[in-house]
Amino acid sequence: MRELWHYRELAATFVWRDLKVRYKQTFIGVGWAIFQPLLSMVVFTLVLGKFGKGFKHTGLETVPVFILSGLIVWQYFSSAVAVAGGSITGNTNLVTKVYFPRVLIPLAAVLVPLVDFMLAFCVLAGVTVYYGEPVDGPVWPAPFFMLLAVATALGGGLLLAPVNVRYRDVPYAIPYLLQMAMWVSAVFYPITSLPTYAQWIYALNPMNAAITGFRWALYGSPAPILGQTLVSIACAIIIFLLGLAFFRRSEPRFADMI
Amino acid sequence: MSVAIAAESLSKQYRIGQLQRGYGTLRDALATGAKRLRRREHQPNHPVIWALQDVSFEVAEGEVLGVIGKNGAGKSTLLKILTRITTPTRGRAEIHGRVGSLLEVGTGFHGELTGRENIFLNGAILGMKRREIARKYNDIVEFSGVEQFIDTPVKRYSSGMYVRLAFSVAAHLEPEILLIDEVLAVGDAEFQRRCLGRMEEYGAEGRTVLFVSHNMPAVARLCDRAILLRKGEIDLVGDAPDVVAHYLQTEAGSAAERVWDDRSAAPGNDLVRARSVRVVDDNGDLVTTTDVRRAVGIEIAFDVLRHGEPVFPKIKVLDSQGDVAFNALDTRERWNHPSPPGEYVSTAWIPGNLLSEGLYTVNINVCSLGGPKLIAHVRVDEAVSFHVQDPVEGDSARGRYTGSLRGVVRPLLEWE
Repeated sequence: MRELWHYRELAATFVWRDLKVRYKQTFIGVGWAIFQPLLSMVVFTLVLGKFGKGFKHTGLETVPVFILSGLIVWQYFSSAVAVAGGSITGNTNLVTKVYFPRVLIPLAAVLVPLVDFMLAFCVLAGVTVYYGEPVDGPVWPAPFFMLLAVATALGGGLLLAPVNVRYRDVPYAIPYLLQMAMWVSAVFYPITSLPTYAQWIYALNPMNAAITGFRWALYGSPAPILGQTLVSIACAIIIFLLGLAFFRRSEPRFADMI
Repeated sequence: MSVAIAAESLSKQYRIGQLQRGYGTLRDALATGAKRLRRREHQPNHPVIWALQDVSFEVAEGEVLGVIGKNGAGKSTLLKILTRITTPTRGRAEIHGRVGSLLEVGTGFHGELTGRENIFLNGAILGMKRREIARKYNDIVEFSGVEQFIDTPVKRYSSGMYVRLAFSVAAHLEPEILLIDEVLAVGDAEFQRRCLGRMEEYGAEGRTVLFVSHNMPAVARLCDRAILLRKGEIDLVGDAPDVVAHYLQTEAGSAAERVWDDRSAAPGNDLVRARSVRVVDDNGDLVTTTDVRRAVGIEIAFDVLRHGEPVFPKIKVLDSQGDVAFNALDTRERWNHPSPPGEYVSTAWIPGNLLSEGLYTVNINVCSLGGPKLIAHVRVDEAVSFHVQDPVEGDSARGRYTGSLRGVVRPLLEWE
């Protein structure tokens, strides 16, 4: 821990590097961050609105706002896990040539997509105003639910990164896994549309609490049940600690294996 | 004096194959796992190699230690352990002080970022604080000589500019313990010279330096002590010149003497065949190291097998960089006529106070004149080598100065 604090500037530098590179071509970088959630919102609203039946009791007045508010949290999580999972293999020349706590690399990797999230959040604000969706929530808990998403993403990234070093076919599987995970997260339907026992099973997935909580914080839609939220938080902590332990155990062999 | 680096029976094991391909695919792993379950096979025993075995040593604060050995002797593995990039299989290394190394020049440079941004990025990766980099920023830019392009992405740099900028950052690191792997360094001669210059400065400032190199003269001159690694084990520890001399005699592949016992396999053709090449001093004794003030002889023995055109020996002397110091032909009158079959011995005397310090290798030829060209009948590249040393007793061209003096030749001039 003390060592991590000692290297905090390096972590900041990694974040700064990735952001610099990401937004070097400002137009494309920023444009994509705004365009992607918007496009997804439109597509999902149309497709699910036509064929789905789950939009009856969202608790929100407008379906696009409901979808977009869940989508931006999920998209943050999804890109953070993917980037953090591939972060060690993506920095081979650093890992084989210099020493620093390797944890810094996935840590920086989950922080970078937060900037994309901020941009997407601006889009959400615009869409909310456009549709006139009332902001009835208490708002202040929103960052805490994002923190839950960050912790879960870091845990997932820490679990995946060493596997990636060992097995090079894993990166191809990650997008599919994330895609499937999206459908068991409350992005397109409210958690309350499920029977109670299913809600408790869903609580094992911390992203459900993150998304549901984030929506509630902004729009005052049905508040997450405290017990379920606590289960989710506990799961996030477990994922994070498992990831950290696994990562620390694999760390000494990165330079030899990569 | 306190200890800067303490290595205690360091050992590092690699699985063979792991060096080339450490990773597989999960699919393969699952498939072999399933197969093993079904047939109850045991895991195949992977052959292992020990890149390092039971290596123990200490480096005192302010000491300059050289590490030499052939490729694959474990030098780079040792450095990787000391820099904590990899962990030893057994044993432990303790390092007291901030470590910097010149093996990571340019590490983490990002092509899309400008020179300025890369200075901060690379500096942070090498372990500098942001404030520290900001303070040294101007020096770094000036030293690199790429001021004009400092706001250009480094992907547009020439490789020379790239290396200069990278080295400039590393050179301003000011570590307490400096690790240099010249073997891995970018092979630019100018760059290597700078590396050496920088390390000389560090040594003179009383910092601890661990210097891995193939440049034997540099190790002999700059290091207090040296370690010779051989197949992952310490072969010899001692005063740097002694260890270097031992290495050159036993392992460098070229030595003071080359003898071809098997007459049919000796280099040559149907006219001439080599017998032996030796480096001798003025007593006729074999030498590997010679005093800069004394003459050294290259003795070439060869057989003339039949009557034919006139032949004569020739030597080419190269310095440790591979540059030709000089060529010399045996111009004695006896070689103007065809030599009757028999054994001949020629010794070329290289006078004292001619070559500067360093390692020299000698290529030999026995040739004949073919119009404007030389026709080589015997040709042996890197036949022998010798090491020129200056004991600094005041009567050589360096007087009582003990620092670095460059130049292929080191004549003792008349000054008035």
